[in-house]
Amino acid sequence: MNALDKKLLRDVMHIWTQVLAVALVMAAGVATIIIAIGAHRSLEETRAAYYERYRFADVFSGATRAPASIVERIGRIPGVAVAEGRIVKPLLLDVEGMPEPASGLAISLPEGRPPHLNDFFMRAGRLPKADAGFEAVIAERFANAHKFVPGSRFEAVINGRKRVLSVTGIALSPEYIYALGPGDVMPDDRRFAILWMAEETLEAAFDLDGAVNSVSVKLMKGASEPAVIEQLDQLLARYGGLGAYGRKDQLSHAFLDSELEELKGMRNVLPPIFMVVTAFLINMIMTRLIALEREQIGLLKAVGYGRAAIAWHYVKLVLIISCIGIVIGYGMGQWLGHGLTRLYARFFSYPFLIFDNSADVFILAAAITIAAGLLGASSAVWHAAALPPAVAMRPPAPTAYRTLMIGKFNPFAVFDQMTRMTIRHMIRRPVRAAGTLLGIALSLSVLISSLFVFDAIEFMIDMLYFRADRQHATLFFSDDKHMRTIHETARLPGVIRTEPARAVSARIRHGHLSRRVSVVGKPAGAQLSRVLDLEMQPVAMPRSGIVLSDKLARLLDVTTGNYVTVELLEGRRRVFDVVVAGKIRSYIGLLAAMDMDSLNELAGEGQVISAVHMAVDTSRTEALYGKVKELPAVASITLQRVSLARFRDTLAKNITTMMLVYTSLGVIIAFGVAYNSARIQLSERARELASLRVLGFTRAEVSRILLNELAILTVLALPIGWVGGYSLAWLVAKGLDTEVHRIPFVIDRDTFAWASVVLIVAVALSALIVRLRINKLDLIAVLKTRD
Amino acid sequence: MTATVFKAEGLTKTYLTGDVAVHALRGVDLELFEGELSVMLGPSGSGKSTLLNILGGLDTATSGLARFKDLQLTGIGEHELTLYRRHHVGFVFQFYNLIPSLTALENVALVTEIADDPMRPEEALDLVALGERQNHFPAQMSGGEQQRVAIARAIAKRPEVLLCDEPTGALDSKTGVLVLEALTTVNRELNTTTAVITHNAETRKIAHRVFYFHDGRIARMEVNKQRLEPHEVKW
Ligand SMILES: Nc1ncnc2c1ncn2[C@@H]1O[C@H](COP(=O)(O)OP(=O)(O)OP(=O)(O)O)[C@@H](O)[C@H]1O
Ligand SMILES: [Mg+2]
Repeated sequence: MNALDKKLLRDVMHIWTQVLAVALVMAAGVATIIIAIGAHRSLEETRAAYYERYRFADVFSGATRAPASIVERIGRIPGVAVAEGRIVKPLLLDVEGMPEPASGLAISLPEGRPPHLNDFFMRAGRLPKADAGFEAVIAERFANAHKFVPGSRFEAVINGRKRVLSVTGIALSPEYIYALGPGDVMPDDRRFAILWMAEETLEAAFDLDGAVNSVSVKLMKGASEPAVIEQLDQLLARYGGLGAYGRKDQLSHAFLDSELEELKGMRNVLPPIFMVVTAFLINMIMTRLIALEREQIGLLKAVGYGRAAIAWHYVKLVLIISCIGIVIGYGMGQWLGHGLTRLYARFFSYPFLIFDNSADVFILAAAITIAAGLLGASSAVWHAAALPPAVAMRPPAPTAYRTLMIGKFNPFAVFDQMTRMTIRHMIRRPVRAAGTLLGIALSLSVLISSLFVFDAIEFMIDMLYFRADRQHATLFFSDDKHMRTIHETARLPGVIRTEPARAVSARIRHGHLSRRVSVVGKPAGAQLSRVLDLEMQPVAMPRSGIVLSDKLARLLDVTTGNYVTVELLEGRRRVFDVVVAGKIRSYIGLLAAMDMDSLNELAGEGQVISAVHMAVDTSRTEALYGKVKELPAVASITLQRVSLARFRDTLAKNITTMMLVYTSLGVIIAFGVAYNSARIQLSERARELASLRVLGFTRAEVSRILLNELAILTVLALPIGWVGGYSLAWLVAKGLDTEVHRIPFVIDRDTFAWASVVLIVAVALSALIVRLRINKLDLIAVLKTRD
Repeated sequence: MTATVFKAEGLTKTYLTGDVAVHALRGVDLELFEGELSVMLGPSGSGKSTLLNILGGLDTATSGLARFKDLQLTGIGEHELTLYRRHHVGFVFQFYNLIPSLTALENVALVTEIADDPMRPEEALDLVALGERQNHFPAQMSGGEQQRVAIARAIAKRPEVLLCDEPTGALDSKTGVLVLEALTTVNRELNTTTAVITHNAETRKIAHRVFYFHDGRIARMEVNKQRLEPHEVKW
């Protein structure tokens, strides 16, 4: 190794704490790039491969009952490559050891061949046989939750009759990567199952001989999805078609899409923050180092090293720091990436999910980091290279300090000498002071925006479970029932109060914009399940008119007073125009609600209901569950308390994990900025401070001069960080704002306080480390060396 | 007749600091000859360092001509000056200017690594009688020792000229003698043309030639018939 490189290594070793502080910031940047891109790819590519291999369909539609021969006619629609019909029916499941009933979705399997579309991955066991009683292949997650294996048995209410199902196999399907039970807001493995059963079995059980109630279509390359959907709707209209939809409206697909969107958002926000901070820190360190080594640079030039050699020397230093950061970042990225994959495994069921580790992501992350480092170092390195040798050999002129005079008034006069020193020093290096200030503010912003998610979730829980949907349970019927069914449900054990509800699939149009939603009918004066307006007040359903969640209104580009066209996709498939009477809050899916009576009137099918919300005496739930499991008409039951527990449990785990990660990232920035800033000042002012010590100032007093600046900057950074955090939180909320879910943008005052406390602790910690160095200041050595 | 190594004609240097012009050199003519040791004397601010910096290619003149052998120093670019310094000039400064993070040997190696026909760094350290201290860092050496390392570093590439700006300025007399001895040894043994700036008028007695500076000009030049050895010089 040549002498210059040895100098380089020793330089690095000399400032290792600073190098490490910057490297950590870089590492955080690298890690966020790796996990954002890596996780995005893992999800996206695995999904694409999975879809491909198991022939996930492009267009789906339900129907009440269509002859099997319809499939052939669908196959002839231009643009359709493959069409397949099947039976899909909800079931109520009764699993031993679980008092509450579970919901199942039975899907028919063609005889003697794998399905053309929406095939599944068999993890274990064999396919069900038609003539062997009720056999089923069940989804892996449900199987795992109940420790079911091929050969296990449980009960199901199939078309009103209790049957014993025997498990023949365990499988996973691309159609249910994200498997959400009816009425649920989080996947609940225990309470929701997919069951694949022989076609013949289901035909017989549901009186659907030679008929299907669900069709799937694979499109040809380049085919127009809307055109196929239109024709498909026409064909199915006579058979109670429920409106065809593409992958975009397929629940599992849409959820994955929204997750992918979020990762993209993270990729666009976090890495840039870290790269900016990296550039700033490198700039700070290199500027100082080059100022310190001014004479050495002069000497190197005097003995014949050229500009390029000098520049390269310092560029190498940046490269070394970057490499350290990159290596740590790779480690962090790997670790976090695997963590994230595990986290995904809680939501998404893939036969396999590997964290994408392709080299290009690593190369990209390294390249971006090095670029940020070099950018930060460029001015300092340029300065070093351009330093004329003769000037370099002369000690720098004593720095010019300024005093600020306003007329005859010296604003400094009010401060003691110590504070004056601090302020003058800050003013003399305005860019660095500003940079430090912004760096600290930025870290506070990151902290606030990460802690804010807690507030949002709490707010959401409060709204969802305690203000909007206050029922204890909801019974969904397999077919629409007459209004009088409500009286039967009121007689169920423990039921205190009931409230009917209607839901009709519909397409809502405004101009060329349209969305497929379920229009919910609420009775006048609903007390259990309510919708809330934007001010969180319960909405009294207008006699005429529809209310839309603000997201839906935005998607359709409508506002209160506009008319929208509602095409009902069930029953008589009525089409009507209706005025938008107001906007409502919703955080999950897209919501449209109307007065139940007017909805029924417009639908033209009499007084029917699709579900009943119930307030229940919680001491009698077991009895209620027991009874519900025997009710023929019930397709599924949602239990708010179970749902809430599940919501909290899953989110709490995930959010705590994410929060820890983000908080650490914020702390890393705070520490990196504060430590480097204080450390560099110490280096610049060691002589000054040592002289003060010689004059009899105590360590504490001397430390004050140095750390006062950091304290002042931190205090000034607080309001900026609050504003920044508010904005960043808004960005986060916006990033989480998709058609399938949103989070409210609410930040508690506590969150600002807590984030500030964390920040101050991080800054104080870095100050403490610098303080320890001040204590060790070697007075003799400092005064002997020339500055 | 020995060959001319440096030749300066009407050399001026004006520094502009703010709106004040400082005339560091007001027209210097001089010649330095091969193998000779010259001493430059003169009051503070008279332009000695400025001249040496221009001759050494560290700085550029405002007007006038400076030549090193066949190489015109005035009017050439930064890159040529770098190459000139790299291949022909050795410098010694008042404050040693060693790289603190490199050992004595490594400080010397810093130069030998980029020179054409250098001696081994150990050899250069032996010449200044510091062979024993080669693995010490600057902070572990006295001022005189550090200055000798600086001389070793300057001569290790066998430069044609050795330019020393107050090499003994920061040293006591005894140590100063050691440093001057190192310089005369190199001058004699390697036949290196040497120029030494000093504030110690007695030092002039070791030189072949003495230049007296005054207010940006060379006021007078003397040639010594008789030279003294450094240890004979009174301080
Ligand atoms: N970079 C500069 N900017 C402005 N003035 C300068 C600069 N360098 C030198 N000078 C001025 O040029 C004049 C000559 O300086 P020089 O360093 O050559 O003097 P010197 O003879 O070496 O003095 P000393 O014996 O004190 O080292 C001085 O007045 C000095 O202030
Ligand atoms: Mg001088």
